Formats: sequence, structure tokens, C-alpha cells
Amino acid sequence: MDANSTTLTAEKGTSLWEDAWIKLRKNHLAIVGLGLLVFLCVISLLTPWIAPYGYEQQDLLMGATPPSAEHWLGTDVFGRDMLTRIMYGGRVSLMVGFIATAVALAIGVIYGAVAGYVGGRVDAVMMRLVDILYALPFMIFIILLMVVFGRNLLLLFFAIGAVEWLTMARIVRGQVMSLRKQEFVEAAHSLGLSQWIIIRRHIIPNTLGPVIVYTTLTIPSVMLLEAFLSFLGLGIQPPQSSWGLLINYGVETMEEYPWLLIFPGIALSLTLFALNFLGDGLRDALDPRTAKD
Amino acid sequence: MKQSSLDARLSAITYARFTQNLRPLFVLALSLILISCGTSESNVEAGNRTGTLHWGNGTEPQSLDPHIATGVPEHHIIVALMEGLVHKDSKTLGPTPGVAESWTVSDDGRVYTFKLRDNARWSNGDVHNAHDFVWSWWRALQPALGNLYAYMYFPIVNAREYYEGEVTDFELVGVKALDDLTLQVTLDNPTPYFLQLLDHYSMFPVHQATLEKFGAPDERGTRWTYAGNMVGNGPFKLTSWEINRAIEVDRNTFYWANDEVRLNKIVFYPTENTTTEERMFRAGQLHYTNGVPIDKVATYRDANDPALRVTPYLGTYFYRINVTVPHLQDKRVRRALGMTIDRKRITENVTKSGQIPAYAMTPPNTRGYYPPIDLSFDPEAARQLLAAAGYPNGEGFPVTEILYNTNEGHRKVAVAIQQMWREHLNIEVKLLNQEWKVYLDSESNGDYQISRAGWIGDYVDPNNFLDMFICNGGNNRTSWCNEEYDRLVLDVAPRAKTQEERMAIFTQAEKMLMDDLPVLPIYTYTTAHLVHPSMKNVADNIMDMQSYREIYLEGADD
Amino acid sequence: MLRFALSRLLQAIPVLLVVITMTFLLVHSAPGGPFSADKAVPAEVLEALEAQYNLNQPLWQQYISYLGDVVRGDMGPSFKYPGRSVNELIYSGLGTTAELGFYAMLVAIFIGVIAGVTASMRPNTMQDYVPMTAAMIGICMPSFLLGPLLVLIFGIHLDWLPVSGWNQIPGDKILPAITLGTGYAAYIARLSRGGMLEVLSQDYIRTARAKGLSEFLIIGKHALRGGLIPVVAFLGPAFAGLLGGSFVVETIYQIPGLGRFYVQAAFNRDYTMILGTTVFFATLIIVFNLLSDMLAVWLNPKLRQQVRGE
Repeated sequence: MDANSTTLTAEKGTSLWEDAWIKLRKNHLAIVGLGLLVFLCVISLLTPWIAPYGYEQQDLLMGATPPSAEHWLGTDVFGRDMLTRIMYGGRVSLMVGFIATAVALAIGVIYGAVAGYVGGRVDAVMMRLVDILYALPFMIFIILLMVVFGRNLLLLFFAIGAVEWLTMARIVRGQVMSLRKQEFVEAAHSLGLSQWIIIRRHIIPNTLGPVIVYTTLTIPSVMLLEAFLSFLGLGIQPPQSSWGLLINYGVETMEEYPWLLIFPGIALSLTLFALNFLGDGLRDALDPRTAKD
Repeated sequence: MKQSSLDARLSAITYARFTQNLRPLFVLALSLILISCGTSESNVEAGNRTGTLHWGNGTEPQSLDPHIATGVPEHHIIVALMEGLVHKDSKTLGPTPGVAESWTVSDDGRVYTFKLRDNARWSNGDVHNAHDFVWSWWRALQPALGNLYAYMYFPIVNAREYYEGEVTDFELVGVKALDDLTLQVTLDNPTPYFLQLLDHYSMFPVHQATLEKFGAPDERGTRWTYAGNMVGNGPFKLTSWEINRAIEVDRNTFYWANDEVRLNKIVFYPTENTTTEERMFRAGQLHYTNGVPIDKVATYRDANDPALRVTPYLGTYFYRINVTVPHLQDKRVRRALGMTIDRKRITENVTKSGQIPAYAMTPPNTRGYYPPIDLSFDPEAARQLLAAAGYPNGEGFPVTEILYNTNEGHRKVAVAIQQMWREHLNIEVKLLNQEWKVYLDSESNGDYQISRAGWIGDYVDPNNFLDMFICNGGNNRTSWCNEEYDRLVLDVAPRAKTQEERMAIFTQAEKMLMDDLPVLPIYTYTTAHLVHPSMKNVADNIMDMQSYREIYLEGADD
Repeated sequence: MLRFALSRLLQAIPVLLVVITMTFLLVHSAPGGPFSADKAVPAEVLEALEAQYNLNQPLWQQYISYLGDVVRGDMGPSFKYPGRSVNELIYSGLGTTAELGFYAMLVAIFIGVIAGVTASMRPNTMQDYVPMTAAMIGICMPSFLLGPLLVLIFGIHLDWLPVSGWNQIPGDKILPAITLGTGYAAYIARLSRGGMLEVLSQDYIRTARAKGLSEFLIIGKHALRGGLIPVVAFLGPAFAGLLGGSFVVETIYQIPGLGRFYVQAAFNRDYTMILGTTVFFATLIIVFNLLSDMLAVWLNPKLRQQVRGE
């Protein structure tokens, strides 16, 4: 401090979000992850317009060829362009990841918020139900569901979402319960604000932190779950493809046509890395204990 | 700030001491791991030394009871444990003596008299004679048993009637033991392929005392087939059966031809996953694989690897057309569809395992029978037919759906055909895949438009392929019905006096079938196996039948 | 503690009932029955088969009789394998899957804890980055990718290890255990690193260091107990995940375990097998969750108080 100065400049106050953003920016890996994610989302959205070849365009005579000038990432055994396949596969994989997670999010947040806020016996019953469901062997149910009802995309979303909402509900409930006891909520209550406004303006924004973190970490496990189901023949069905499905095909012909495995593998791994790093970064950033400077 | 640098210095000190102590432990652990990964003798090497054959067998067998089992993996094991009256020669597929050392056929071709060998024994030493066959065939036809292959017996007088309950006295069925070593079988019609039927496991004899020990003869799935309980009359006996792991069979010293058998033991592995099976082969864990992954066939072929054996197989890959679907009722439409499948491209670029394009239902050279061909790849003519049927250039042709059971290979073929029909006829086709059981249901209920199908012959005779399509036949499933066709196949052909006459009648029937085209033949199957060079006398007949009496193992070549 | 365990076990009963009912309904609403075959099945034969397995009774009747059997411990006959009971099949596959799960868990804990603890000893240095990046790779690489890769390298090209089977050839347990355990090792590494970091920044650790205690003692005696709490909490879900993951690994390596049986049964519509396996897995998960919760309570004095007060 300058010994001669007589005024103290007040530090500009920052909200939790701004704090978080500053901390996040410093985490290089997380920023790279975020950038990569944004890039992938943009490409996925634009795929129908920017993909070099038609989705189903095949050339049986050509078969699988390594990367070349016409086909930057090579072709598969049907002669379909791999770059196109990976782009469309990315759309599906990301869609499964986001939508299934959104399903889990929607159910979990509402359920957990209600349980945490209302408390008492309602909460006890609701959480008991969650405990019961936690004990179910979900892999088994998903397999059974897919085998019984056939493999359509909507069912896949529902099935995966139904598995992941439990932890979300628990987290939200815990957060809401601790928030509810905080002073600022009591203050708001004594000011006469309605329950609903309290929930909307105070509780939910403060719950968002852990929820966001958990969401970014759920998406990768959802994408992996879809890949597992594809391995068993129960996931996305051809002619649609997802990265999981592409990797499964690639594994079978790993020795003959390695590019069929390498490129989808890189695509999936990079996305998973990005999401995980971003999630970690968000968790550190939103943790009030770590100082921003 | 200050605290963390104190921490850092403290931990640095303790850390340094820590790692020093840890180093020797680390080295020890590493060397232990490396030592335990030592090389040991592979299955193949050990097997060649001890005469043990390691055989990759596809799916886990459902049952080893010959009157209940229905699959090919079951067949490979059952024929090691049991034997029928008559065998097939592994090169010509002609009949050779089994339990029966000789036989005579009456002039009218309806009465077969078998003379059984006097040294025939069961694997527990019991005497094996004609009475066993009478009892076994009685047992096989008990309705409660649910023998899906009962139709193999139907050429025998009153066999069908007994099975369906019209006749209740088994004495009326045309099989009799004239004395201990003589078995007489009477047929409704002269059935030239009857001797082949006897080599099918559903007509094998079973040991009465063993069955009765474990339950009623018509009780399905008793423990008599378990290792330690099972008694058979074949070259090997069942030593162990661990589900999903391995089935082991050892030499049966009571077998009448035991001196000819050179293998001491066979281990059958349930290898459902062909990719894993191929790896097992390369790692020296198997002598023989059940199949070869499609994309690897080309690799082996290009490398001229002698391990790869690709052989034509008695089976046809085809599409069924549900002829009740309005836009598929016109046979010109069906013909147009059949003429725009480029079978050559499919077999060369899609299935890639040496399959042969098929233009008729029965595979060529089915014991001398060559089906008449009047189908070919002709897009131009097909387009004209489609136009004549009311869909010029494919306009107005409703979207059609191809059903197939979930399987990458079937999907590839369906996608290729979808492409071809779009290209040549300008029609839209959708693909639907269902899982095996669901697909079977849909097909039998007629709940499809076009459906992928395959048929493997149980015996080498055109009848096996043509009698599928009789009106309301259980294996028809297309709703196609032609009474004249039925008459030819069911009435006229069985009464033919000579083989030539019979073949001529079949040719006529097949022409009818191919004219109406309720089915679109696509290719004739092949089988592909990987065979270790030390395994000798592997047969390559069209029924993919191996003879465990002939196979032997030589010292490993590696 | 005992009351805690008992009350949890009692709660398990309605859970199992829910599981059985849901599975029963699902399975019986599936199209395609156990006896469809590609050779036409004559109607009389089909009837006889269905009668033998009680499939011709109304659904609710089948349900009640099944419940009755389950209470007595009899899961019924398998539809797919005539003559074999579900109990027998489960028993034959169980030992294998349990062993696989056990070894995979060992791999996961061993590698994961060592990696995580090592990383936490020197945060933000290479000693931290290397294991943590490896952990990240482990999490992002699915087992159906890792498995074939390992098989190709170690089984075929280097010819060090067998490529299939379990307990059939010496050394055939190594690759499957590693394939299954790696993903969980990665999670455990991250968890233990996080837990250890928290503990290591506590005052009492600094005191111990200043007193000159060896690093080994510090970590082993003081830090581990608290640092590994998140790992212990993870064991329950990890176990459930291992069971699910075993399906894939068992398929890749042709291991005759329960997971493979289950997938086959689902595809074959082997009703009793599906039901039996599901009930069995559910019971296992409940028991294991209970055990891991009890372990967590034992390790964490705060929770112990909570439980005592319950």
C-alpha cells in the first residue's frame, strides 16, 4: 500500500457466480474443456448442413478405406464416410447425454427440492423410496426394458434418466435442507415472502451449484452407459449411429481397419475428458472455501 | 501463505525418507508379477501330445438328449456320444454302416431290414440290440416329450398318426425287432433319402435303463444326460459338463470301432462370440473354430493362410414375402424385386465368405439335383415388370419393410438390398430388426412384409427344401398356397419309380415355386472354420459333418 | 449397531417384493415366448410344453405360485435348459462372477488407493498429474474398448496371457480382473486423493510431521483412516457397478459367470432364470450396501453417534 495514499478503494463486490467465473477462468484445463464442448455442440447442431457426405451414402465396392483426400477420416465397410458418421454419431451421443441427464435432472431436482423443503414425514417417506430404488440392480432392469420393449430412442432416454435421478434427488435434498435452516431464508420468511417465491429466488439459485457440477459429471457416465448398451446390442439401433456404436464396430475390426476405432474413440474420449475437466473445474470454482485470489 | 510453505518443507523431509524405504518393496512386487506371467504349454500343444481335441462349438447346448435337442452345436456333441443305425461317408455323404452292419431294401423300396452288429455295446458295457431301437423310437414319438424333430419319423408307417394321437397302439407303427439283431422298418412310400434320416440325432437310440432310472421316459429334461449318468453308444462318453465353461468327452472303450478312433478326448467350448473365438484360436487355445468373423475371412484368405477352410454348405439364405400384403400380391412385383438383387455384389462385397449366388431355393448339386434357373439379375426387365404391374418408375409403390433378426451380417445384406431396390426400381424400403424370439413370432404370425430367412438342410435331398412351402406348412409362413405344387411334392414325387423321375418332378415343382416367387433366394451358405494344421482328416462336405473316427492330431507344427 | 443392521434387513423385504413384481410383469409382457423356434412347433407340442411349465395358467396364478416357490428358496426350472433348475445355474455362475468381482475390486482398491494416496502426497506436481491423468483415462475408456486392446497386446502379440476362460488356464484371471477393475480404480484414485488432501491439510497432521514421525506412519496410522472415508462410501455403488460391468467383461472373455447367464436369459425369454437372477442380484446389492454402510459408520465416529442415537 502506498504510504502516501489516504483513501482506501473499496473492493468491488462480486456475486457467487462472478466469483466462480473468475476462479474457473484460472483453471486452464476446465476452460479448454468448456471451449471444446461448445465447439462440439456447434458442430453437432450444424451437422446436417456441413457434413461432407450424405448420411446413408454408401459404396459397397469401395468398402473400408484409410483416410484420404476425399475422405479425411476414411470410410467404413459399407463405404460410408467416417467423418460424416462421426459427426452424426456425435449428434446422437450428445443428445442422449444431454436429454437423459435433463430427464434425470428434472425428476431429481423437483423430487429432492420437495422432500428437502417440506421435510418431516413426507421427506422421510420420499427418501425411503429413493433408498429402495437405489437397491435395484439397474443394469438388469435396463437390459430387460430394452429387450422387452424394443430399442427405441425415447425408451433409452427414459431408462437412463430413470437410473440417474436418484443421486441428483439426494444431493438436491441435502442442499435444500441445509439452506432451509439458513438465516436468510428465515429473514425472507419473516418479511412475508410466500413459500414459492422463497423457493424460486433463494433456494433454487443456491442449489444450482452442486446440481450443475453433478450434471456435467453425469453426462459422461450416461454416454458410457449408452455405449455399454450398444455393446450388448441394446442401445442405439442402426442406421442411426452413436459414438458408442461406432466404437463397438471399430473394436471388432481393430486389426484390419484401425481408423474405424481410433477416430470415434478419440472423439468420445475428448468429449468425456472435456466434460470431466469442466465438472472438476466447476466444482472447485463453486466451492466457497477456495479463495479466488 | 506461511503455513503452506511450512507444510511443504515438513512433508518434503518425511517424504524423502518414505520413498527410500519403499524402493526395495517396489522391485520385489514387480519381479513377482513378471515371474507369474510365465509361458505355459498352450491347449493345442498339450492336446497334440495327449490326443485331446479342443473344439470351439458356438452356443452352449440346450440339452444333450437327442430327442429334445434342436441345434447344430448340440449335434456336434451328440454325435460324439451316440450313434445311429447308419452313418454318412464324410466325402460322398453316402450311407455307411453304423450300429447296423448291413441292410437290405425290398423291391418296392418300402421295407428296410437292418442287421445289427453283434459287438454293439453301450458305454457301460450293456448289450445293445434291436430292441433298444424300438423302445427309443417309441420314446421319441411320445407327444409329451415335445420332440421338434418328430417329423423325421413320419416316412415310417403310422409314425405321424401315432405322434398326433390318431393311433394309440405303437405296435401299428412300422418298426419291429424281428430278433435281437434284426430291425425291420416299413415306410409309407419309397423314400430314397430314408437312410440319411437315420443319421440325424433325433433317430438315435437311448439307453432305456438309464432313462428310467431318472424319471418317466416322456418326462422332459431329467438328469439322465448329466455327466456321470449318461450312457450312450457312441465313440466317446460324457465325462464332464460345466455350463458355459466346457464339455469334456472321453474315449468309450466299449464302442465297436474303438480301435479306429485316434482321439482320446474332446473338449467342447461354448464360443458364442466369434471375435473372441478367433482370438482363442490365435492364442493356441483351440484346434477348431465354429466360425470366422466376416471381416477376418478376407485377411486370412489374402494371406493364403491354410488354417482357413471355407466350404459350401447345404443351406439357402433367402427372403420370405408375405403374399397377403396388397402391393406384394402381384407376382410381377415379386419378380421385379427378385431380379434387382445383385447377388454377385452381395456375396463378393458384403458377405465376403465365398458364398454362391442363389437363383433357386434348393442348393445346386444336392446329391445330383440341379435346380432349374430362370431368374437373373436384370434391372431393365424388372423395371418393365414393375411398370406393367402399375408402378412405373416406382411411383405409387408403398414403402415396404424388410424384417430381420438382429445381427450385423443380416443388417448388411438388408442395407445393400435396400440400396439396390432404391437404385434400380426407385422404391423406398424400410428396415426393421427384431430380436430373435420376437422375430420368430412375427414371422410365424405373418406379421411382416418381407422377412429375412435361412434354411439349412437336415438331409441331402431337394424334398427338404421344397416341402417347406406346402399350403399351411409350419415352415411356409408366406401364406403362399398352390395345390398343384402340393400335389407334386406330397403325392407324386414320393411315388416316383426312379431317382431320375423323382428329380424331374422336383424340377417341375421348383419351377412353379420360382415362377410365383413367394420367396427370394439370395445365396447358398458356406461354412468357414479355422483349423489348426495339427488337426488332420477334417472333412469338407456340404453338411459340415465331421467324423470323430477319422480325425486325429499330429505333433504341433509350430 | 445390531438394531441398525436388523432394521435395514427388514426394510429389504418390501424392496425385494417390488423387484420381483416389476420383473415378473416386465418379463411376461415381452413378445416372443421361450418356446418359439425357427422350426415350426406343432400346436399340440407347444401346448404340452406350456402346460409342463405352468405357462397356460392365468398370470396372477403364476405370480402367486412363483412367490410361494421363492419363499421356499426354489427359483424354478430353467426354460432354456431342460432339466436344469435356476438355483443350479445361479450357483454355477455365482462363484465365477463373485471371484471376478472380488479380484476386480482388489485391483481397483489396490491401484486406486496407491495412486490416489501417492498423488495426494505431492499435489500439483508430476507425482500428482501422472496418476490423475491415468485415472482420467481409466474413467473415460470403456471396458469393451480396454479389454480387446489388452487381449490384443498381451494375449496375442506378446503371448503372455490367455485370452479367454476363467480358472481353465493359469493366468486367465489377470486380464478380466484388470479390465473390469480399471474404471473403478480410476474413481477410487480420485476419491482417495480428494479425501487424503483434505485430511493432510489438517492441523494434527502438521503436528505429527513437526514431531518427526515418518511419512509412512503419518499416512498409514493417521491420515488413511479419515482420508479413505469417501472410498468406503463409494464401495457400495462400486459393487453394484461391478456386477453390471461384469456382463460386458464376461462376454468379452467368455467367462461362465452369472452376468453372461443373465444376458442370455433375457434374450432367450427364460422367464424363471431372469426372475431368479434379478432377485439374487437385488439381494446381493442390498446386503453389500448394508455392509459398506456399516463399515462407513465404524470408520467415522460422528456417524457412529448418529446411529447409536437412532
